[in-house]
Amino acid sequence: MTVHAKNLPNGARELIAFRIGNQEFCVNVMSVREIRGWTPATPMPHAPQYVLGVINLRGAVLPIIDLSARLGMRAAEPTVRHVIIVTQVGERVVGLLVEAVSDILTISDDDIQPTPDMTSEFERTFARGILAIEGRMICLIELDAVFPHSESEAA
Amino acid sequence: MDMNEIKEIFFQECEEQLAELESGLLRLNDGDRDPETVNAVFRAVHSIKGGAGAFGLDDLVSFAHVFETTLDCVRSNKLAPSQDVLKVMLKSADVLADLTNVARDGGSFDQARSTQLIRELEALAKGEAPPAAPAGEPAAPKAAAAKSAPVAAAAPAEPAANEHGFMPVAFSFDDFGGDDVEAVSELPAYEIAFKPKSDLYTKGNEATLLLRDLSRLGEMSIHCNMDSLPPLDQMEPETAYFSWKISLKTDKGEDAVRQVFEFAEWDCDLDVIAVDAGESVDDAESDQAMQPVPFDLSALDDEPDAPLGVIEEEEQAAAAQERDATVAAAQMASNVVQMAGNAARAGAGDKAAAAAAQNTAQQAAAAPTIRVDLDRVDRLINLVGELVINQAMLSQSVIENDSNGVSSINMGLEELQQLTREIQDSVMAIRAQPVKPVFQRMARTVREIADITGKSVRLVTEGENTEVDKTVIDKLAEPLTHMIRNAVDHGLETPEKRLAAGKSAEGTVKLTAKHRSGRIVIELSDDGAGINREKVRQKAIDNDLIAADANLSDEEIDNMIFHAGFSTADKVSDLSGRGVGMDVVKRSIQALGGRINISSKPGHGSVFTMSLPLTLAVLDGMVVTVAGQTLVVPLTAIVETLQPDAAAIHSFGATQRLISIRNSFCPLVDVGRILNFRATQANPVEGVALLVESEGGGQRALMVDAIQGQRQVVIKSLEANYTHVPGIAAATILGDGRVALILDVDAVVSASRGQSLHLEASLAAAG
Repeated sequence: MTVHAKNLPNGARELIAFRIGNQEFCVNVMSVREIRGWTPATPMPHAPQYVLGVINLRGAVLPIIDLSARLGMRAAEPTVRHVIIVTQVGERVVGLLVEAVSDILTISDDDIQPTPDMTSEFERTFARGILAIEGRMICLIELDAVFPHSESEAA
Repeated sequence: MDMNEIKEIFFQECEEQLAELESGLLRLNDGDRDPETVNAVFRAVHSIKGGAGAFGLDDLVSFAHVFETTLDCVRSNKLAPSQDVLKVMLKSADVLADLTNVARDGGSFDQARSTQLIRELEALAKGEAPPAAPAGEPAAPKAAAAKSAPVAAAAPAEPAANEHGFMPVAFSFDDFGGDDVEAVSELPAYEIAFKPKSDLYTKGNEATLLLRDLSRLGEMSIHCNMDSLPPLDQMEPETAYFSWKISLKTDKGEDAVRQVFEFAEWDCDLDVIAVDAGESVDDAESDQAMQPVPFDLSALDDEPDAPLGVIEEEEQAAAAQERDATVAAAQMASNVVQMAGNAARAGAGDKAAAAAAQNTAQQAAAAPTIRVDLDRVDRLINLVGELVINQAMLSQSVIENDSNGVSSINMGLEELQQLTREIQDSVMAIRAQPVKPVFQRMARTVREIADITGKSVRLVTEGENTEVDKTVIDKLAEPLTHMIRNAVDHGLETPEKRLAAGKSAEGTVKLTAKHRSGRIVIELSDDGAGINREKVRQKAIDNDLIAADANLSDEEIDNMIFHAGFSTADKVSDLSGRGVGMDVVKRSIQALGGRINISSKPGHGSVFTMSLPLTLAVLDGMVVTVAGQTLVVPLTAIVETLQPDAAAIHSFGATQRLISIRNSFCPLVDVGRILNFRATQANPVEGVALLVESEGGGQRALMVDAIQGQRQVVIKSLEANYTHVPGIAAATILGDGRVALILDVDAVVSASRGQSLHLEASLAAAG
């Protein structure tokens, strides 16, 4: 599945929305390279629990992050119905395991509401904002925070 | 293409020119007196100067200019390229390289050094003895100055010779028969013979523009020589056929005239002759002795005069049809890059033409090359890696689905396998580069260290055309530099000691490269004092590396120098001896998948032998299973594999186990446990032990569950998208399309020594 950038009015952006459990999240389309089905990953030694391992993406070694576990929720039990959203931030390409892709949204920056003032780590690190679309609440994910390399560089 | 890209191309070319320059100078140093070598050296400096001028790199231009002037003296045989002269030139080449780097990357350079060298070069050019070196300078240049003096004196005395070996054209009015009035009105006149080669046009120069520039200098008349124009049907549209004879009266001087042709100089035959006013053209021309530096004299310079005047091109073509075909052929042969045979035939009996033919033949002999972006090659290599994996996957699934064994599909697949392997090898060959550039850099290192230490050193290189993957070459320079420094600084004795030991005062450092069984072996040997084993041993004891009564073989003592924090130099010098030396070298060689050894003979010198893989892109590995996971162990690390016998396993303490192999005990390391793939240690009897040798010499038996087989794997970076994983060197993709991890044997072994595998490494902490 490939996504082409369309001509969008100023300030507008396209997001890909997906489900984990009964919650909805989204990321910017521009950072999504492709979406593919789940394939078993090779486990990495000494990896944090949310890193499921690495898979072969046309010759590149792609780490797979269980987004559910990463966000502090129940670890996923991957099935063939799960999908991997291949995202790119900076130079790195990382796959995010989610349950299903639900929607492509076109929103303007004004639609993004600041995350409510809560003290959980989740809200501080991973949520960039929340969206209200047709009565649903969708959380915009801060991809930088999800990727493991940010910590490793700090260490 | 923007300016920066053009500039980048210039710098790339600079690198090539600098390499050309250095190898040319070294050839001269070895006694090569071929004028073509001198020309090549001169051309290299000239091109750098030209390009630098176009980009306004003034420092580079001014230095290159002085360098070029001195080289021109060598070219015109006014300065003999003695060893001492070449020493100055080699140093100048180093400074030129530095200046180029500074121009590219910014930063600063040793202004004093370049000023000093400019002075030395200028002195050489003037045929003077160079000024005495200032106090801070090493001794070598002084010797150079002293020795080169007689050579310089022997050169023709031309005190104010300019860049082209000419006196500035100073007119003495007394020469003009006393008729002062007329003399003043008559400007200096020049006869210029200008014959462009085809290259002039290919490089985007335009004769018309050059002539127009020339006309700005003064009063000018032009004669176009079209003798060489062949009949229309034989005409090569991209060939230069015309030449011009120009009479110019100008007071700007000959330099100004030559300046016009500065960037076209190498692509044309150019003679500039100053003539006395009123003297006939023919006189000047026939007087060959008066001709300046002989630029490639073409066969037809003495052809009868051509019809005068500039004619329209159509007319020229028409006129040309009437010309003698032989003349045309001869002319073509002499100024067109053509088959050497043709040229020789056409210009038979004519020495100049024959020489030109020889030149073209030499040019033709060099294999044509293209410049390719490294990224493109890398992409190709990646794709071929994919192809290999895909092919393996395909074969595997065919074998799984085809129980009949021999089918046409299987045959086809086998051929495909051979083809892919061949493609892979060819693609790898694209990246393979001769080690020559690195060796050349070492020549510079040797020069510098020799200067600083005051030792006299000769570097001998062998097998510099041995090819190895570019990534290996890039990473080779650093450890090699360090080893060369060590060899000169510690290995070689001072000249006095050498003489006392009955050796020649000049030490020899020899660098050789050769292929041996799929690896490249680089040897660095010196004819110095060898390793002082007593000293090494004492030092090792002092540093608590060995017990005072340890019984070590000579080889073991020699290898002590690879230990961290080890240096036997009595005093810490600028160059080496900080104790971060050889262990760093060893580690970087090992990081390349290589090994390093030393053998030393007291009084006769030491030999360092490095063996490196030819490429870092593929690796021969043993595919093993550990706790249900597939791992690859680099084959180079494995000494032997064995099936442990229950009787051979001995418990040692709470968790340690040893395996006895031929009566020696070796610690057993469960790979699955170390990598955290399982919580408890596996039963050794159910698995296979891989005896590995690791950094630090120790042997370990790595326990794996089963061996799947051996295969060549394509190395994939884990760091690119993930992060470094302790115990894992890299990843690869197996025939089933899945990722397998490549074990970092050294890390696993040191982890087994109780040094943690950095388990607390960021990732785990973050999780």
